[in-house]
Amino acid sequence: MSAAAVEPIRAVRRLGRRDLPELLRHIHDPPHALFLRGAGGAEILARPAVAIVGARACSPYGAQVARMLGRELAASGLVVVSGLARGIDGEAHRGALDAGGATVAVLGCGIDRDYPAAHAELARRICERGLVVSEYEPGVEPAPWRFPARNRIIAGLAAVTVIVEARERSGALITADFALEDGREVFAVPGEITGTLAVGTNRLLRQGAAPLTSADDVLELFGLAASQRPRAPQVGATAARVLERLADGAASADELARATELEPGPLAAGLAELELAGLVAEADGRYRAVVPPG
Amino acid sequence: MITHALVGLDARRVEVEAHLQNGLPAFAIVGLPDRACQEAKQRVRSGITSAELNWPDRRLTVNLAPAELRKEGSGFDLPIALAVLAASRQVTEESLRGHAAVGELALDGRVRPVAGVLAAAEGAKEQGLSRLFCAAVSAPEAALAGIEPVPLHHLAEAASYLRGEWQPEPFDQPDKLPSPEGLPDLADVRGQERARRALELAAAGGHNLLLAGPPGTGKTMLARRLPGILPPLTRDEALEVTRIHSVAGQLPPGRPLVTVPPFRAPHHTASAPAIVGGGSGPRPGEASLAHRGVLFMDELAEFPRPTLEALRQPLEDGAISIARVGGKAVFPARFQLVGTMNLCPCGARGDPAAECSCSTQRLAAYRDKLSRALLDRFDLLVTVPRPRALELAAAPSEASEPVRERVVAARELLRECRLRRTEAADALLSRAVELLPLSARGRARVARVSATVAALAGAAEVEPEHLAEALSFRTPNELAKAA
Repeated sequence: MSAAAVEPIRAVRRLGRRDLPELLRHIHDPPHALFLRGAGGAEILARPAVAIVGARACSPYGAQVARMLGRELAASGLVVVSGLARGIDGEAHRGALDAGGATVAVLGCGIDRDYPAAHAELARRICERGLVVSEYEPGVEPAPWRFPARNRIIAGLAAVTVIVEARERSGALITADFALEDGREVFAVPGEITGTLAVGTNRLLRQGAAPLTSADDVLELFGLAASQRPRAPQVGATAARVLERLADGAASADELARATELEPGPLAAGLAELELAGLVAEADGRYRAVVPPG
Repeated sequence: MITHALVGLDARRVEVEAHLQNGLPAFAIVGLPDRACQEAKQRVRSGITSAELNWPDRRLTVNLAPAELRKEGSGFDLPIALAVLAASRQVTEESLRGHAAVGELALDGRVRPVAGVLAAAEGAKEQGLSRLFCAAVSAPEAALAGIEPVPLHHLAEAASYLRGEWQPEPFDQPDKLPSPEGLPDLADVRGQERARRALELAAAGGHNLLLAGPPGTGKTMLARRLPGILPPLTRDEALEVTRIHSVAGQLPPGRPLVTVPPFRAPHHTASAPAIVGGGSGPRPGEASLAHRGVLFMDELAEFPRPTLEALRQPLEDGAISIARVGGKAVFPARFQLVGTMNLCPCGARGDPAAECSCSTQRLAAYRDKLSRALLDRFDLLVTVPRPRALELAAAPSEASEPVRERVVAARELLRECRLRRTEAADALLSRAVELLPLSARGRARVARVSATVAALAGAAEVEPEHLAEALSFRTPNELAKAA
């Protein structure tokens, strides 16, 4: 948007149609060219990739799932492809970065635009290892009608597409449609049937998408062994008691106090310990286990 | 005749001189009086006539010295009237010696109370004056300064006193502070264990507290119960607080001394000067009225940004200085800030029974309203989710009294010694700084809170579990991250 935003993009590269990665070249309507920004080489696009997409206004649960999937899939060597949007997309990128893996952001505008502006810093971090790509020339402004077209590239780059959360009419469903059209595998994360954020994903499931219950479901498809998931760090007795209760579902601190019969002080200490250990995350006053049980 | 003009909280000596000359009857007040003070002419004239004293039908000039100091308000009525009586030889100059006066006159000669009597009495005492004429209802307030008040209901009483015909009853100063009572009690709060715990920590450590959560979860109810668990004010603190409230004209009648930590809750439509103080003759704002007590800002994000930023100075220094062309006034403002906010503009976030309808842009804009610099001033952040019906039916919880006792004990401990962190606690803090989005200020904040946790537990050192609890009250991730 400003001159400063354009400055770091010295290494803009352009891939002509013949240089496009194999998977992308074979979609119904491949792009004429792809513009690349970032330190990652073009060969990243040819590596086995999984797309993780979903609602922008997602729930804390959705955000945590996206992050966990991004982290675990990237740790196993898959490239995480997404759209740099707020919500699920951003969390998937962040998860991949957490694992030190490669991630590719596909934009619906020129690769020199920081869109959304709030993700400028995230885009910069993606560029350190991965790629920000677009079929539009640098300088092209974001426009609503460019985003569905962008989704076909997200689906096209990945062998598997995972939808984490989607409302009834979500852009993520368009991505899923493209993936199905091109004969790619589609996973949907099951959600509560009473929540609007799961209407889109649950419908996909009913239509035959595969339910995603853990990152391993995707890894299996690629014939990859689950990466060495670090064994749950040792936590104190109080924290273990709290974690056991959280395995049943998210709860507020006060609900936990009642269920575990802990005083607020020790309970708070236990929760902080679990958060530091990366086993629990807090959002809007509710605590949630972020690592699947077992 | 001596009286006092207020500059901020300081009383400046003002001499009131009245001079009668031959000439056409006229009445002039000179010496930079403001509008209210100019209008004293009408009140003084009617008051003197109503007291069946004589109005001198000559050319009358009243001078308020020093002439360069701006005189504001109606408190000059009484000293002007007394000066006029002396100039017209209805009372002797001698009888006024050693006396100061402050008060407004009614048209029928009654004496009305004015703001700032305590400050004026303290000024008079400092200058070696022994008695202060003031309205009868202000007498207990004046007596706090250790000066002998002459409580007046009517101007006529002043005249008969000065002629030696009447003596007021000697004024007894109660030496015990009236006990705080009638404060809302914590026993009324059902459930909400975590928020109650945060409130107790805030009281024990004097921490600023931010309560976030959907509407109707009892955030305001909790905040109002903070003064009840704070240690009662000491005599010096009480005097300090009373002086500010007196200058602002906010003292409740019949309770001259503020003994309970004040609780001020300005509405979010209040202007910045109303909160930090201001005006041409600066007056204390809500922040100063909350001195040694609680400044409660409901819906913190609804306050205009300039107002919030203006609070940063008092949060840092415990005082507000207001510079004016005519000089500078410094108001103390060492308050505890308690803020509440929703998790999103529509308020549904964090409420399992409602669906949030806020767009991500609106959400981001809402959170941007609070600058990082301001959020950094909150030591404790608690998200208060909506309690389940189950919790509301819970048994009544602990009352304020035992909580206050723990708070007082913890404060004692914190005053006596600096609690050190054990090595294990230090290691945990370093790990937390690495793993969490924790700034240098955030680190200091967690360290401060952990000392309070340890003090409340009666521990000699800050153990890892104390530090862990402090960590759980840090900025919620949702508020901390940029997007």
